[in-house]
Amino acid sequence: MATLTYRDALNQALREEMQRDPNVFLMGEEVGVYQGAYKVSRGLLEEFGPRRIVDTPIAELGFAGIGVGAAMAGLRPVIEFMTWNFAVLALDQIVNSAAKILYESGGQVPIPIVFRGPNGAALQLAAQHSQAWESWLSHIPGLKVVAPATPADAKGLLKSAIRDNNPVIVLEGEMLYNIKGEVPEGEHIVPIGQAEVKRPGHDVTFICHSKTVTVALKAAEQLAEREGASAEVLDLRSLRPLDEAAILESVARTNRAVVVEEGWPHCGIGAQVVDVIQRDAFDQLDAPVLRVTQADVPMPYNKQLERLAKPSPERVVAAARRVLYLD
Amino acid sequence: MATNVYMEALSPTMEEGRVAKWHKRDGDAVKAGETLAEVETDKAIMDLVARADGVLRQVAVAEGQTVPVGSVVAVIAAPGETIGAAGSAPPPAPALSGKGKGETGNVGVATAPAVATVSAVSGADPSRVKASPLARRMAKEAGVDLKLVTGSGPGGRVVRRDLQGAATVAASPPTFPVSRVPLPERPEGAYQDVPLTQIRKTIAKRLATSLGPIPHFFLTSEVDMERAAEAREALNKQLGDQGGGKVSFNDIIIKATALALSRHRACNAWFQEDHIRYWNEVHIGMAVAVEDGLITPVIRNADVKSLAEIGREAKELADKARSRRLQPSEYTGATFSVSNLGMFDIDQFTAVINPPEAGIIAVGSIVQKPVVLDGEVTARRRMRVTMSCDHRVIDGATGAAFLQTLKQMLENPLAMLL
Amino acid sequence: MATATARTANANVTAQTELERRMLRQMLLIRRFEEKAAEAYALGKIGGFCHLYIGQEAVAVGSLAVLRDDDYVISSYRDHGQALARGVPATAVMAELFGKATGCSKGKGGSMHLFDAGRRFLGGHGIVGGHIPLAAGIGFAIRYKGGDQVCMCYFGEAAVNIGAFHEALNMASVYKLPVIFCCENNRYGMGTAFERVAAVTDVVEHACSYDMAAEVVDGMDALAVYAATERAADRARNGGHPTLLEVRTYRYMGHSMSDPLHGVYRTKEEVEEQRKRDPISQLALKLKEAGALDDAALQALDAEARAETDEAARFAEESPDPEPDELTTHVLAD
Repeated sequence: MATLTYRDALNQALREEMQRDPNVFLMGEEVGVYQGAYKVSRGLLEEFGPRRIVDTPIAELGFAGIGVGAAMAGLRPVIEFMTWNFAVLALDQIVNSAAKILYESGGQVPIPIVFRGPNGAALQLAAQHSQAWESWLSHIPGLKVVAPATPADAKGLLKSAIRDNNPVIVLEGEMLYNIKGEVPEGEHIVPIGQAEVKRPGHDVTFICHSKTVTVALKAAEQLAEREGASAEVLDLRSLRPLDEAAILESVARTNRAVVVEEGWPHCGIGAQVVDVIQRDAFDQLDAPVLRVTQADVPMPYNKQLERLAKPSPERVVAAARRVLYLD
Repeated sequence: MATNVYMEALSPTMEEGRVAKWHKRDGDAVKAGETLAEVETDKAIMDLVARADGVLRQVAVAEGQTVPVGSVVAVIAAPGETIGAAGSAPPPAPALSGKGKGETGNVGVATAPAVATVSAVSGADPSRVKASPLARRMAKEAGVDLKLVTGSGPGGRVVRRDLQGAATVAASPPTFPVSRVPLPERPEGAYQDVPLTQIRKTIAKRLATSLGPIPHFFLTSEVDMERAAEAREALNKQLGDQGGGKVSFNDIIIKATALALSRHRACNAWFQEDHIRYWNEVHIGMAVAVEDGLITPVIRNADVKSLAEIGREAKELADKARSRRLQPSEYTGATFSVSNLGMFDIDQFTAVINPPEAGIIAVGSIVQKPVVLDGEVTARRRMRVTMSCDHRVIDGATGAAFLQTLKQMLENPLAMLL
Repeated sequence: MATATARTANANVTAQTELERRMLRQMLLIRRFEEKAAEAYALGKIGGFCHLYIGQEAVAVGSLAVLRDDDYVISSYRDHGQALARGVPATAVMAELFGKATGCSKGKGGSMHLFDAGRRFLGGHGIVGGHIPLAAGIGFAIRYKGGDQVCMCYFGEAAVNIGAFHEALNMASVYKLPVIFCCENNRYGMGTAFERVAAVTDVVEHACSYDMAAEVVDGMDALAVYAATERAADRARNGGHPTLLEVRTYRYMGHSMSDPLHGVYRTKEEVEEQRKRDPISQLALKLKEAGALDDAALQALDAEARAETDEAARFAEESPDPEPDELTTHVLAD
């Protein structure tokens, strides 16, 4: 097994899938000559040429639509958004075209397309460049949404996304591109819709995805050191479909849960997870489920304020203490 | 399309019905016209029949449960039909208003429902025990009464850790100290909860609206106290020789009342709005006049205490009452009360029931009067006892039977030893 | 030689006449179909939004007569005419308007979302201008696979003011995509006259911004539309260059069935004046003048169109609703 960065794991997935299927192409801003704004597509133009690695103007709505149209005519486009903050300009194509055409055509026209790019706050990029879009995108029937936290999951989920016959949203953690991890070589597939326990535990479940998996793992360590309590870290990996069985199975064992996400609290992913738990694990709960989210404000530029706005291991530990009745 | 099965108005005045028995179960095939369930109306037991062919699904009302007319109690679906999500499902069944079978429970002194100490908590039901869903499930499985568990969570919420080792709590319910007088045979647990039958509910509602919050009625009986007086004199002589306190007529009446109640449990009961709690334990409230009112300290388990014990306890409680040193646990939880105005030369009076108790006896003074005995007029010590009954619980004949037993015991004190 | 030439010329004349008769027949079908749809809408058999094509028949019929079976067609919400001209059976289109299981989109799309993947008719789309980038994407796929098909994309003049139009035209030109952007300029976006909201009122001029070939076409003349489309299709097939056609036409009905025919935004007189340019009458007259059609033949064609429409309505009426299970199918592909 090789140790790769998250960025290179994504690059490997793209390369392998483009080698495997000539109908796969990559389109987006700076993906070719510039080698990718975040260097995810490094070396691909050289290997596959400009026919399959297509630089676009800054026109998210336009090239997202070209991707959907190409999928309607039988290709398997991978559309890269420089960040999901810009993809909001393309939401009409994602929501009104990609997600609906199969249904409104009575099943005649599938849209096998991947929309991918970095999501969530990085460092001091201020309000317009520091947003987590998963609850927006996960709301839409007709889309699948994945948010890998590790290099191995990034590779395995991107490969699954490219092979899927539906529009799949791949949310890459903007702060995760440089993290390293072991990645199985060759045919490594992570099925969409399967959560994974990243750390077993028995006193409380931290339910998280993408960057907050790192936050939750740190919190679990702190909780073990300071309180002697054992937290299970459940990485959702896919947000739609949601692995409800894994959530329920974990909460049945720990009887307590804290949901951690980078998005805002109102109508967030955590709200959906809490709904699943209260509905189907009601009798397993020993405490209300708590959520740790980004503060309910546009992201400030100031470093100290930004730190306060983001979910942190300390905030997760504080929530864990409350559900464990340690306060 | 699924057809809703409604609780139908099976009598002209029926407003709610209690499912007495389901004839069909969830998943059973049914034909239009077939009996689905027996429903107890305010008048009788009626059949609830299917209005469509199909499969009975989503049975939302348990046997013994009462729901208003018009409630969806189940659905008749086509075979294989998937019945929709929450939106199209029948409304959630109301919380169980009572179990099909009697529910037994134990009540500790500190947590006994205290009529005199109910604080005004607006909105929230103060008797509701706060517990996490997990704790509720664990308690149910372990047979633990959550009321007996002290919650350590926020606002006293019972949580998992409070129930760890709960089996021992369940195995040793707190009991009141009792003397070693042989216990009369009585059922397990402190009481049995029996759901109100429809007819009993209708009686309760109608009498309450016609006569006030508690529909009282009164039964009076004159008791010959000659033999009780003789027994008291003998007893006091003996106790005096031992240096103990004296036994009063009131103590004898309390003992006799408690014993009579142990044989007439129908009168040893609480009216609890949707059910009647029939007490196995007998706790007699003893009305004591205090400077600015009246309070009723409680002689617990009076049926199994000796007269001497009752005498001693009654005196202590009365003293405490007058000096206002009674603890709430000492004046709450009575199952029946005795009010005695004999010392004020009152021949006969009626007492007001102390809810949720269903009865009280009012004891007048013992007076010598001419009575005809074996065809001859002789002077006898006589006492009039008037029982006030809550008609929602006690019917005339039920109260009369109790009063008859009480009279027999007082007229033949040896019977108390039986 | 002379004889052979004459025979060929005669054969060409016959073929041309046959094409024109076929176009007339299709225009009549669309006209009668839309009249029947209006009637069914009034009776509550068709719900939702229903945008009729009456007055614009020459655009769909003239342009689609050029296309091959392996070309692609994509349209906006005013899509009945193009679907019929593309050969989607009137029964399947009417059943779709009725929301029936036998509709061309299984009753799940309705008037605005007609699909027939087998005929490469890739939808009616409901967001103004939203499908123009999709057309570019279809063109991209054609080019990617090295094919010589074209993608025909219909939209109204009001879509020209939306960003998607400009982004798509720019990229189609940059990537040399074989797309014919056919702007059906019927002069009104719902109730707003184009000149009131557009700085450049000749749509065709936008092509200059994107270095694209363009033509203005008389949309009431099916033959003119046919000829312009033929030129655009050649351009697309030989080198993959896109074309912007501004086809000037007129809608005789309100924007949709729930909108007025005239009133605050245009006068009754204007509509009456435009009716004199009726595309069906024009083509019929031309055929009559050429001696290729007489009144009896015209009436026979019309009777055929009416019969086909009546049959479509009967079929739609008698078709079943989709099964309840269809609610949750086709949300995701396998």
